[in-house]
Amino acid sequence: MSELIAIAERILESAKGAEEVELYVASGVDTEVQAYQGEVEELTTASSTGIGIRILRDGPSGAQIGTAWAGSLDDQAVENAIKEARENARFATEDEFTAFARPDGVAAATLALTDDTVASTPLDEKIAMAIELERLVRSGDSRVRQVDSANYSDYVAEAAIVSTTGIRASYARTGAYVSVEAIANDGNDDQTGWGLSAGRAPRDLDIAKAAADAIRRSTRMLGAVKPASFKCTAVFDARTAATLFAIIGGALSGEAVVRGRSFFANRIGEVVAAPSFTLFDDPTDARHFSASSYDGEGLACRRNVMIDRGELKGFVYDTVSARRAGTASTGSAVRGGIAGSPSAGCRALQLSPGEIDQAEIFRRVGNGVFVESLIGVHSGVNPVSGDFSVGVTGLMIRDGELAEPIREITVASTLQRMLLDVIHVGNDIEWLPGSAAGQTVAIENIAVSGS
Amino acid sequence: MGRGGEFAEVFVEDRTTSSAVLDQRRVEELSSGRDRGAGIRVVVGETTGFAHTADLSESGLLGAARAAAAVARGGGGGVREVALGELNTYPSRATVQPGDVEKTRKIELMRHADDVARSEGPSITQVSVALGDSTRRFVVANSEGVYAADHQVRTRFNVTCIASGDSGMQTGYRPIAGTRGFELLTPDAVGEAAQGAARQAITKLDARPAPSGDLPVVLAGGSGGILFHEACGHGLEADAILKQASVYAGKVGQQVASPLVTLVDDGTVDGEWGYLAVDDEGRPGARNVLIENGILTDYMWDYLRSRKEGRASSGNGRRQSYQHLPMVRMTNTYLMGGDSDADEIIAQTSYGVYVAQLGGGQVNTATGDFVFGMTAAFMIENGQITAPLRDCNLIGNGPEVLQRVDAIAGDFSMTPGTCGKNGQSVPVGCGQATMRLTGITIGGAAA
Repeated sequence: MSELIAIAERILESAKGAEEVELYVASGVDTEVQAYQGEVEELTTASSTGIGIRILRDGPSGAQIGTAWAGSLDDQAVENAIKEARENARFATEDEFTAFARPDGVAAATLALTDDTVASTPLDEKIAMAIELERLVRSGDSRVRQVDSANYSDYVAEAAIVSTTGIRASYARTGAYVSVEAIANDGNDDQTGWGLSAGRAPRDLDIAKAAADAIRRSTRMLGAVKPASFKCTAVFDARTAATLFAIIGGALSGEAVVRGRSFFANRIGEVVAAPSFTLFDDPTDARHFSASSYDGEGLACRRNVMIDRGELKGFVYDTVSARRAGTASTGSAVRGGIAGSPSAGCRALQLSPGEIDQAEIFRRVGNGVFVESLIGVHSGVNPVSGDFSVGVTGLMIRDGELAEPIREITVASTLQRMLLDVIHVGNDIEWLPGSAAGQTVAIENIAVSGS
Repeated sequence: MGRGGEFAEVFVEDRTTSSAVLDQRRVEELSSGRDRGAGIRVVVGETTGFAHTADLSESGLLGAARAAAAVARGGGGGVREVALGELNTYPSRATVQPGDVEKTRKIELMRHADDVARSEGPSITQVSVALGDSTRRFVVANSEGVYAADHQVRTRFNVTCIASGDSGMQTGYRPIAGTRGFELLTPDAVGEAAQGAARQAITKLDARPAPSGDLPVVLAGGSGGILFHEACGHGLEADAILKQASVYAGKVGQQVASPLVTLVDDGTVDGEWGYLAVDDEGRPGARNVLIENGILTDYMWDYLRSRKEGRASSGNGRRQSYQHLPMVRMTNTYLMGGDSDADEIIAQTSYGVYVAQLGGGQVNTATGDFVFGMTAAFMIENGQITAPLRDCNLIGNGPEVLQRVDAIAGDFSMTPGTCGKNGQSVPVGCGQATMRLTGITIGGAAA
């Protein structure tokens, strides 16, 4: 890790000129195994490094930023990228709010996000996990007719951010995942179900649970029917609820707000959600797989509460969106790799847990729909208008218990309304890959479209 | 190959990209990037080993080759010489190369789009314009003598508008994208996209919640092609077929769609977003008829899947970059035009939904259930297009929905999109003329 920061500082020294310079240097080692019919179908091993460069020029009416990146730390590639970034800066509009982050005195949390056993575990053991996962799913239930992919993957990722404005941050993270999709058949139709397990290292993975989830989710969908349209309460399981939280997190980005793209704009202090709904972003909670000591601009990550017992409290900001909004960065810059510039976003969303478990939520809801998988989130949710319509598979809830499986339906409402219509938040929590942890939530007034 | 591989392939790629964003009238970000590297795959039996590296030195390439060949442990060893054929070189078809365009010209075009969009009315509160281009050169060589070099230039331009009113905010979006150079972006084309995006957002301010339940749907030409991309395109990719993970497996020769449906995947449509002279395995792009008059004629194939079946690849082996393994992907997928008249199709629909633009979709190939989102839609009442509708998904089952096509017009057009599969994104085209489904489930929020 210190090696990466040393590289970054050396490049920074060489790039210095009249302008400010910010460098983001990242490296990663990835392994992926896909098992099929008891053998390795695909095995990918790779290491990569790259650099993202931003150059800031000050002008009479504000600053300009130019960006360039290179998928290698080769001297020539880096030199060319610096030249490109410098040239690109000349074409940006001078803007008084444009700036790089400067150290803000907030100390970075010390988090244990790496596990050396990712690198030290022999490849054969990783391969064996993928093969065992597939075997468990195929042999676990006679109705499983196919396992189309059983995957193991892991990574070791490191990054360093340095700038002429005093930023000097580096961080590392490891992760390991298994995932599997089962196709079950009862003689009539096929149904699918996913299982997954995630951790910091292979030893954290629960292969048996991932297999059991895929089997349970696929087999209990057998015989699913398409119901007629109706309105009801929908109970989202932890995984689908996490997707919902991530969408809401997008609208809570200060960048969406200052760009006029968030339905939360100008509503601070208003009631935007049910009283049971407290949503916060806390990358310093190491249980989140996406936890981080530093944000994408090298400021310390911190806990930010956006919605407190239904009241809109604030947004998450990076440096530029914060300046535009007249406030300070909340340490919430995220960036999509070397080619991405920082923007404001959530990375570790979580709800304050409720007091009842999923079974009790079913009992209290009585009749409704249990949503177990979503399809078409990117095509059916408009985060600007708030329109929400997604394809769903799941089960009916009847008399407080799970009943028959249902498929080929959509559930629809608006995000604004769904937040106010939350009637139960579960006390369960599932740590998931992605920017949000999952918890069971029940939301009323949902339109279910069927035949 | 020295380690016992049955098939080996080297793919060397050099990609430069540039992008620019104009947001709130500010040129916010010009970015340039370059990525070079090699992906090496070795196939032994049913196993594929793959490694990639950005280190194109001899030692870097040999290291990657050894990593990829690690799956060949226990293989026979020894050296096999491969006689490469003559290098097949495919030149870029762009007239104006991205590198030859002054950045000020790009910015002028983006400002023009912004001006046009804002001139549509004061309710346009936000305009964002993005321009991007990429130049991708690659050389691919394999142990069966394939040796090809391609030079692909792609250009895209997107306009996103937000209109604000008493009902909240609404969005409008128009893309322009092609396997072309800067000549794609004329001031007229850019202005038309900006106007379209702005008008779409303004119209939707009056939109009411879409209905829920089964209704007849008329899909406008162009982006409606996403229906076929999702309803059957992915299900006709040979990787899903060979794993029996598609509802279309084993159905070649069978009637899988209305007799009106003839569906083609065609990498050779010059200039379209999914155009390719040669695929990422060195196979020339081709026009492949998938469904003819409702009868399933063939699937789409890449090298690995076709080898298993002892047949030729159909030119559908694609990968996002040298860091990715190729797999079966669509190129430009379109429904052939029909004999009906677009206006008559609408006039003959007494009650239903007219979808003017689709925004993407997703499918579960094993069950056939799929969704696609409508981003511009209206009610049809008594044969007339009436009230605008808010965004929602439509949901159906591929094999059922394909049977419900009861009219296709002749006003064919294509639209660009980005297709995601197993974590890889590739540019694709979708095409279709105005057509009608007798029924599909509209996932709106109205009772």
